[in-house]
Amino acid sequence: MRRRDFLGLSAGASLVALNGRAWGVSADAAPKRLVVVLLRGAVDGLNVVVPYGDDAYYAARPTIAIAKPGAQDGALALDEHFALHPALSGLLPLWQEKQLAFVHAAGSPDPTRSHFDAQLFIENGTPGRRATADGWMNRLLAAMPGLSRDPTEAVAVGPTLPQILKGRMPVANLPLGPAAATPLAIDKPEIASAFDRLYAGKDAIGQAYRQGRMARAELIAGLPAPPDPTDGGAPAPNGLPAVAARLAGLMAHNRKIRLALVSLGGWDTHVRQGNHAGQLAERLRPLGDGLAAFAKALGRDWQDTAIVVLSEFGRTVRENGDGGTDHGHGNAVWVLGGAVQGGRIYGGWPGLGTDALYENRDLAVTTDFRAVLAPVVARHLRLPDRALATIFPGFSPPRSDLDRLIA
Amino acid sequence: MTILLVLLFAALFSKAEAAERASDRQVLHILDRLAFGPTTADVKHVKAIGIEGYIAEQLDPDAILESSELTNRLAGLATLKLDPVQLFAEYGPLRATDGMQPSPEDQKARRQRARLILEQAQAARIWRALHSPRQLQEVMVDFWYNHFNVFANKALDRLWVGAYEAEAIRPYALGRFRDLLGATAHHPAMLFYLDNAQNAAPGSKGLNGREAGINENYARELMELHTLGADRGYTQDDVVALARILTGWGLARPNALPASGSGFVFYPARHDNGDKHFLGQDIAGNGEAEGEKALDLLAAGPATARHIAFELAQYFVADQPPAALVERLAARFQETGGDMKSTLKVLFASREFRDSTGVKYKSPYHFVLSAARAAGVSADNPKPLLGAMARLGQPLYGCMTPDGYRDTEAAWLSPDASLLRVNFAKALAGGNLPIVDGAKPVEAAPLLATLATGLSGRTRAAVAQAQPELQAALILGSPDFMRR
Repeated sequence: MRRRDFLGLSAGASLVALNGRAWGVSADAAPKRLVVVLLRGAVDGLNVVVPYGDDAYYAARPTIAIAKPGAQDGALALDEHFALHPALSGLLPLWQEKQLAFVHAAGSPDPTRSHFDAQLFIENGTPGRRATADGWMNRLLAAMPGLSRDPTEAVAVGPTLPQILKGRMPVANLPLGPAAATPLAIDKPEIASAFDRLYAGKDAIGQAYRQGRMARAELIAGLPAPPDPTDGGAPAPNGLPAVAARLAGLMAHNRKIRLALVSLGGWDTHVRQGNHAGQLAERLRPLGDGLAAFAKALGRDWQDTAIVVLSEFGRTVRENGDGGTDHGHGNAVWVLGGAVQGGRIYGGWPGLGTDALYENRDLAVTTDFRAVLAPVVARHLRLPDRALATIFPGFSPPRSDLDRLIA
Repeated sequence: MTILLVLLFAALFSKAEAAERASDRQVLHILDRLAFGPTTADVKHVKAIGIEGYIAEQLDPDAILESSELTNRLAGLATLKLDPVQLFAEYGPLRATDGMQPSPEDQKARRQRARLILEQAQAARIWRALHSPRQLQEVMVDFWYNHFNVFANKALDRLWVGAYEAEAIRPYALGRFRDLLGATAHHPAMLFYLDNAQNAAPGSKGLNGREAGINENYARELMELHTLGADRGYTQDDVVALARILTGWGLARPNALPASGSGFVFYPARHDNGDKHFLGQDIAGNGEAEGEKALDLLAAGPATARHIAFELAQYFVADQPPAALVERLAARFQETGGDMKSTLKVLFASREFRDSTGVKYKSPYHFVLSAARAAGVSADNPKPLLGAMARLGQPLYGCMTPDGYRDTEAAWLSPDASLLRVNFAKALAGGNLPIVDGAKPVEAAPLLATLATGLSGRTRAAVAQAQPELQAALILGSPDFMRR
């Protein structure tokens, strides 16, 4: 009802909506989608994908290492050398179905250990170059064919628009946490109609306003009802599983959404990060469960969806004096999706021997994070190589096993 | 005959009326650009002293009596009185005492206590922008802070951004560019933000573990962002040379803190005292003086004059400023040795400036401040205004990147932000923001009286049609009010 009202708003608006629907119904051109999850604060990748085959791992982490597979509270074996943090058991079925892969020792070629610089670089997609004004996901959106500049085509979950999605293409952001249902004044019809009269002009300001109204109406219509807080069995309303379920509901309902971005904080574990249990485990469990729930909730759309989980850098190999880890370099990138050739660890493993460490302290980077994103862009989203050059200017992916990351 | 007279009279009358409307529009224009938007009182003031009079007044802020109410408010913000060393000593990370490391809980509590500094710096900035009669000075603080941006959430900078603005930006906002450049280059907030505090000659004595060698970060941004501009005739060799020139410009060590002061220390032992070749000139190894020489060269360069002229014209006139105006400003900048008052005088007197009414799309900072000023609200609690700026994508002191927030329509006009602006206007006008105790709805009639000549016919009609309790929200949330 609300949606229909909205389509009547202006000729421009309904054209946009029709365009969106036109590709949505075409069976062989099922929309390919990408969800990026940014773990801000630098997750400890060596405790996410545990190199249990390296004795140096256990030597460097006397209190925070995850025990070998088979031991009590041990890691979950992925292959002969690597195992998953036990709090991520929710992801194991996806690994077994070969829809989850990890790229280890991946990261940015820039050596910075500053969170803000490193986050900027993974968001603007130009490591070492701060002046890039837009984000690579916005440039990606601009390069995707057949889109209609409808702001709901790319959605950031959260109250503000992160750098990675900033740029000339219109995008939407939407708080899906406890604030999801917070109404805006503009949701009231009498207020909306008064402002609609003001913003009837053909200028850029009028257009932006009308696009905003359309995006909000569509996104709100797609929001599943928030879980009843009195329901004892419901997940915590601010937990990732709830947000993931909402985002999945939204994407299942609104097939225009092609790109989505979720940011999660709290990974900067300098102090008492714990091992199989503790601070890091408590953050990983809802993340793993949330991603698994997301895959499930998407249903058959999962076949056309890829998720990439990234962090700005990794953490020191050695634990520090406070039972935590400090800012490091290489990390593991997670790639999930129906078309992912998963069930294996990609990337060259440099090892943890003293000579192999970056600056004698960190996991070295053997795979540029853009080399992980390149096959996702080229093979999953099916963009030509020249598009890659605008998304990641100055970068061309080297030949590697990642050529087989996407079916 | 009489008919002719009547017609003639009517023509004269409407001509006079049109002229009056045009001059009223110029009053709003001048307050949109030299101030953070019109208030009822400021409109009256500009009409009384004339547009030329107002420009002259604003270019000489020291001669404007500061409002005593504002002075009293600012006096209540204790951390504003501390210099960087005192801030570090009282709010910085705890240090080991007698070999005992402070507990993580104590460190956390310390960090939480330090939030007060940023809160007070933000409150001071908002109160000055809303209430100071030295409006142009505060507008230039916004301009220069973004030009020499420092991000508050980079570790120690959370202690120092307020002091940085008070010590390195505001005193020189309408002064000489070289002074501003020197003040930012020596300030601990900048030395820390762009890592020059870690910039040291490789293998030099006096390294304490954090300084691994040459760090080019500040040197690069100093040329690209602060002075010459991107790709303006310098090479990577110049970046390296400038970085070497600036080796040893650092911060006092926590175990050797003076009692007070800026905390800037030049470490001769970390300085690369070899000879350098920089921007075509030979600079002989000469310690700290090399850096001063390099800053002189950068400040005096014609590329710098063009770069600053372009930014000023973009901020005050149009996103794509007229090239002829930029040339005139650059010439004035250069011939006066980077004197801001002289340069701005040329800008404000220009036809391009006068003819550019309403062409700039307001940044979130301008939008929120101008709405509060027009509404005549006093922000005892500035948090709702700060929150609105943050939601609109421009948290105060929160720009991560050294290029600062941009001031263009492309940077800020977006579908999402458009709705959020309307929502903010509704909340402010409805008296729903807890900025003062017992906030009341804003009355539409005085608002309309102040802003009417800046509103289009469509906006005035839509306001007139709306229910009275919505009218103020419509004015502050109108497309016309998004522009300045």
